[in-house]
Amino acid sequence: MSLAEPTLAHPTGAAAAPPIVDIHGLRKSFGSNEVLKGIDLQVAPGEVIAVIGKSGSGKSTLLRCINGLEAFQAGSLSVDSQPLLHGNAAAMRSLRQRVGMIFQSFNLFPHLSVGRNVMLAPGLVKKTNLIIGEAKARKLLDRVGLAEKFDAFPDQLSGGQQQRVAIARALAMEPSVLLCDEITSALDPELVGEVLRVVESLALEGMTLLMVTHEMAFARKVSNRVIFMHQGRVHEMGLPAQLFGQPQTPELQQFLSSIND
Amino acid sequence: MVDFTLWDIVRNLLLAARWTIALSLIAFIGGGLVGLLLLVARTARWPLAEPLVAGYVQLFQGTPLLMQLFLAYFGLALFGIDTSAWTAAAVALTLYTSAFLVEIWRGCVAAVPRGQWEAAQSLALSFSEQLRYVVLPQATRIAIAPTVGFLVQVVKGTALASVIGFVELTKAGTMITNATFQPFLVYGCVALMYFALCFPVSLYARRLERKLHVAG
Repeated sequence: MSLAEPTLAHPTGAAAAPPIVDIHGLRKSFGSNEVLKGIDLQVAPGEVIAVIGKSGSGKSTLLRCINGLEAFQAGSLSVDSQPLLHGNAAAMRSLRQRVGMIFQSFNLFPHLSVGRNVMLAPGLVKKTNLIIGEAKARKLLDRVGLAEKFDAFPDQLSGGQQQRVAIARALAMEPSVLLCDEITSALDPELVGEVLRVVESLALEGMTLLMVTHEMAFARKVSNRVIFMHQGRVHEMGLPAQLFGQPQTPELQQFLSSIND
Repeated sequence: MVDFTLWDIVRNLLLAARWTIALSLIAFIGGGLVGLLLLVARTARWPLAEPLVAGYVQLFQGTPLLMQLFLAYFGLALFGIDTSAWTAAAVALTLYTSAFLVEIWRGCVAAVPRGQWEAAQSLALSFSEQLRYVVLPQATRIAIAPTVGFLVQVVKGTALASVIGFVELTKAGTMITNATFQPFLVYGCVALMYFALCFPVSLYARRLERKLHVAG
């Protein structure tokens, strides 16, 4: 399992800036099954990273470790210099305010209107008052193209619309980093585009993004760096053109050809 | 021999029905509060909460309410605690009701998808905020039907409190029957009154359920 000359690329030219996500020697097991076998990853502010790999390669688990949805056994992880400390509620709350997450299954709160979905966390966590919170929620919904859906309920929306609400909800907390966990995998093919367009606009605006994705064309187009995970390790890493154009390891070559089938 | 008119019977039963209502309210409120506390303790994974609550549930679900009433009334006296029938009934009904409610509600909380917890967590909500604003509102909607179903059982179960000296609806019915020798009439009235108590509760629950579904 040797790495084939992982290339560190900082296309944003931000190599000098301290990493916004800093992961060292991260190990994570579910019981006796080790799914992450020592991950080292530094993400520069504004960088867009696509994580690809077979299912079971640990890519989703890596993402879920970054905002503490999964506890890890060894290694260290910090976001914006805030270390992840499990069991320390205040530290977790502080870290999670810097990290937004969007899920494959949207996970909107079905008992709240779209507007309330977006306003809930800022109101509770940042104590944003109702009027300011509402104005901000309307602005964010407008940004994802759903201004008129403020009073609708999630089950009245299509999957693509729900996912865009989920993006607005995550943005309402003004995160430094946004994690996208296969956010188009549960969508009908014709709805994928509208969600990806929103993500692309975020990337262009300089949001730091880590996305696990099966949309290779999108990863190639939008990301600054692609990470190929295999059996719990970062197997290959580099510029999108390089990774997709000249895959170095047989595992990546096989993965890419299996996708193109 | 004194003659009883139908009105005499109904009036006396209605007076006794007050106790049935009072005992039911005690069971609902006491059992609901204790049940909610146990639910939170268990959901929040307080140390030892899981096995203790599980044991509590097994104990009070696994023994008859009648025995619990006896034990609360006579048992506590053995330890030198002077219990009135009120205290004993309140304690026994609260314990009994809470043991069932916590188990019903636990299932309802478990029925809320994991993704809801995770979304709330990733938005930096604290555990109590996750529970209060995200999970419990959804669990409540699921919980209405089984909770009301059980509460109707509790209304009827209060009849057992007669064994420690309460003259509630059923006991009053027995006493009036002994005086009037008209068991069918008297117990018919008793049954109608239980129905009059339970039916509106079920009806209200159905309306509440519909209302919450519209809102979601």
